[in-house]
Amino acid sequence: MASFILNGEPITIDVDPAMPLLWAVREKAGLPGTKFGCGIAQCGACTVHLDGQPVRSCSTAIAQAEGREVTTIEGVAGPDGELSKIQQAWVSEQVPQCGYCQSGQIMSATALLRDNPAPTDADIDAAMSGNICRCGTYTRIRRAIKVAAGIEQPRAEQAGEEA
Amino acid sequence: MNDMSPEEKKTSKLGKWSRRGFIGAGVLAGGGLLIGIGVRPGNPIGALGPKVAAGAGEQLVNSWVKIDTDNIVTAIVPHCEMGQGAHSVLAQMLADELDAAWDNVRVMQAPADGSYVVSDTARMFAAPFTLNAADWLEPTWDGLFTKLGQSMDLLITGGSSSIRTTGQHQMRIAGAAARQMLVGAAADAWGVPAAEIATRDSMLVHEASGNSAPYSEFASAAAEQSMDHTPTLKTRDQYRLMGRSKARTDIPAKINGTAEFGIDAVPDGLELSYAAVVRPPVPGTSVISMDASRAEGMSGVLQILNMGNFVAVVADSYWQAQQAINTVGIEWSQSESPVKTMDDQFAVFSSALDAAGDTGGDQAAARGDAPGALANAATSIDAEYRAPYLAHAPMEPLNCTAHVADGKCDIWTSTQVPLMARSEVASTVGIGADDITIHHPYLGGAFGRRLGSEYVAMAARVAQATGYPIKMIWSREEDTQKALYRCADMSRMRAGLDESGALIAYDSVFTQRHDPAEACVPAMYDIANTSVRVAEAELHLPFQAWRSVDHSQQGFFIESFIDEAAAAAGADPLEYRLSMLTNAPRHTAVLEKVAEISNWREPSAEGTAKGVAIVESFGTIVAEVIEVDMTSGKPKMTNCWAVCDAGYVMNPDGFRNQIEGGIVFGLTAAMYGELELEDGAIVQSNFHDYRMLRMNEVPNIEVALINSGDVPVGGAGEPGLPPAAPALANAIFAASGTRLRELPIAKQFV
Repeated sequence: MASFILNGEPITIDVDPAMPLLWAVREKAGLPGTKFGCGIAQCGACTVHLDGQPVRSCSTAIAQAEGREVTTIEGVAGPDGELSKIQQAWVSEQVPQCGYCQSGQIMSATALLRDNPAPTDADIDAAMSGNICRCGTYTRIRRAIKVAAGIEQPRAEQAGEEA
Repeated sequence: MNDMSPEEKKTSKLGKWSRRGFIGAGVLAGGGLLIGIGVRPGNPIGALGPKVAAGAGEQLVNSWVKIDTDNIVTAIVPHCEMGQGAHSVLAQMLADELDAAWDNVRVMQAPADGSYVVSDTARMFAAPFTLNAADWLEPTWDGLFTKLGQSMDLLITGGSSSIRTTGQHQMRIAGAAARQMLVGAAADAWGVPAAEIATRDSMLVHEASGNSAPYSEFASAAAEQSMDHTPTLKTRDQYRLMGRSKARTDIPAKINGTAEFGIDAVPDGLELSYAAVVRPPVPGTSVISMDASRAEGMSGVLQILNMGNFVAVVADSYWQAQQAINTVGIEWSQSESPVKTMDDQFAVFSSALDAAGDTGGDQAAARGDAPGALANAATSIDAEYRAPYLAHAPMEPLNCTAHVADGKCDIWTSTQVPLMARSEVASTVGIGADDITIHHPYLGGAFGRRLGSEYVAMAARVAQATGYPIKMIWSREEDTQKALYRCADMSRMRAGLDESGALIAYDSVFTQRHDPAEACVPAMYDIANTSVRVAEAELHLPFQAWRSVDHSQQGFFIESFIDEAAAAAGADPLEYRLSMLTNAPRHTAVLEKVAEISNWREPSAEGTAKGVAIVESFGTIVAEVIEVDMTSGKPKMTNCWAVCDAGYVMNPDGFRNQIEGGIVFGLTAAMYGELELEDGAIVQSNFHDYRMLRMNEVPNIEVALINSGDVPVGGAGEPGLPPAAPALANAIFAASGTRLRELPIAKQFV
């Protein structure tokens, strides 16, 4: 049993306190946006925020969330669904391919920009290297973070033929 | 009796099919229209209606498109979406021919139904030569391959083929046919010539009379129109959506957690239990005995099942099932495979190559007299190359949700082959295919892995055994160690150079040839004497196509060895390649362009060096230059420049994204990819020891495109990969003088 705040709403989940937060959120709270990738905190697909800090929910027991605030990908947009700057940049830079890792990527990037509004490449490397993208969208993720930070301009959709 | 035309004669042999059979029309129960490509006698399109129609408001439907009363156009796409962007681009192609308003176009995954067999893709896989058949043969081939496709369950996504087959030959025709029928219906209603009616943004407009209407208004009436079976397609100058970097339609759901992948399936009204599984550590072995005493008492555990060739634990949650199965002791049967280590596997390859010698094996390609030219060459070089086994490692681990009850079966899973999965389930659980429904949402990556369906059949067996719905999830360890694999291989290569250094003889012999057949042949180079041979050898691990398939190892073998020839000739590796591309103007242009954007002909930055490789695969020519920094003694990739000629690119930004991804996939394998064996079982288990490139390791990547046109459109998903490993290895040679003849690279610089 654990009680905590999930995306702004109080919730109590009656499970083994050792159950990883990942599975409690996915199977018990019905929020499937947080993904299972490796189970050993190696890929970052399960990244959520615990009191604002990015953690790997596959390796975080639900007991650790007791009384704290948990934010998942479902809680990133504003209450009216307005996309965060990071999410907007993920669209403008057309980042995702399969999309499976992108919840975790966005959670890591969101924490990075909140703490560091103008990250350098080295800052981006440090904050994002725990997140694997098997489709290989890293260069777009880097660019999208810079766009969200206002360091680079968003890519405009090309109206005409190009090659 | 009248003489039959060649087309009639041809079709009569195959039954009652005619061109009309291939674009057919029918009326929906609600009065809407149903037209479609690939409709066959005995396969009435009307039966499709309930499977794709969401409600009575949808007025126009063919098997590829429907239009609702709000004038929303929905493209019904037969291929799966696994990150390659096919859903979006196929919709773009259909919408362009239909003159639909892009903002009001939606995409729907076609149901797993035989009617949606991708006949053109089937052709590409089964008989690629027919893709260039004479026009009068088209109905024959198309009908043949739809029927063949249905019998072979070829509703398949792979081979970088969706756009160049289904897109070019089906989605565009469907869009154009629907547009012509709408125009015809409006012309009749307004009493004006069809030729005077313009279409744009899902609207019909007749300027002279001032009439205009949205498509939805004439959707029903269009059903009464006779169909043009070969509608006129747009020429390139008329494209309004094709060739444009339209934003992908699947991205909004992929940034807020709402995109549904197979692993997210929550079937309506069903209470799910969860299954963890353990498969044999060595392929082909089975359970002799198991001790589940510890698992039996663990919380949440519902059932522990010995399924013969795997063990399953079913519990209230996946975590509980996995915790419990980790405690089950399993004794497996002994494997008869002689291969216990990778040394053993390479010894098997080596024996086959020894037996083939200098001229033996199956001849895959031959030109001139390679043995003779090698014997008389001024300089000759030889080398042995090796490639390891690789796992696909999609981010979404293999999983499947299954429910077997009342003689019916429902499956929710990520798959590239929904109908093959259905057949595998049918034969496994003894339920007819018609009573099995495959629900297949987005795939969290596949890269060829989800062309196999053994995991789907496993879930169905567990669901049948329990009687209640279960979601089976493989741990990452199972996914890495107990799956299907890119094959390892070994290639022995010889080259002969004349006094000027020109390559006059080339010979290679290797053990693995799967797909595409031409991957092992350096056909673009004008080499007078060429011999390419296969000496087949047994694989210890089960094979599955892996992104770019044979090109993934052959690209490394061939383009590294060509680099060795250039070095032996004392020539610049890029200029040396250009000198051999005398009959390949497109390849020449690609290589010239990559030389230009990479500043190849300028000195490299201090401490860095560049390598180049060029490979044509899946209809697309890709050259890559990779720059490495070796100042630390270990390779650090700094830049990658790629130039691609796919003939014509339907969505340039989407294409670039695929090439970028292919490069990262190829560089990941080149740097780290390796599965080792111990007692016949795979050693690597998860991302800590089966490493992926990460943000801090990928180079900057710049991709340039050439639309050379006038050739069949090439693919995007795979062609970025094959040049990556050789370009990197060649860069390391340029920087350090160390020639790398086996992969992966990183461990050779510890």
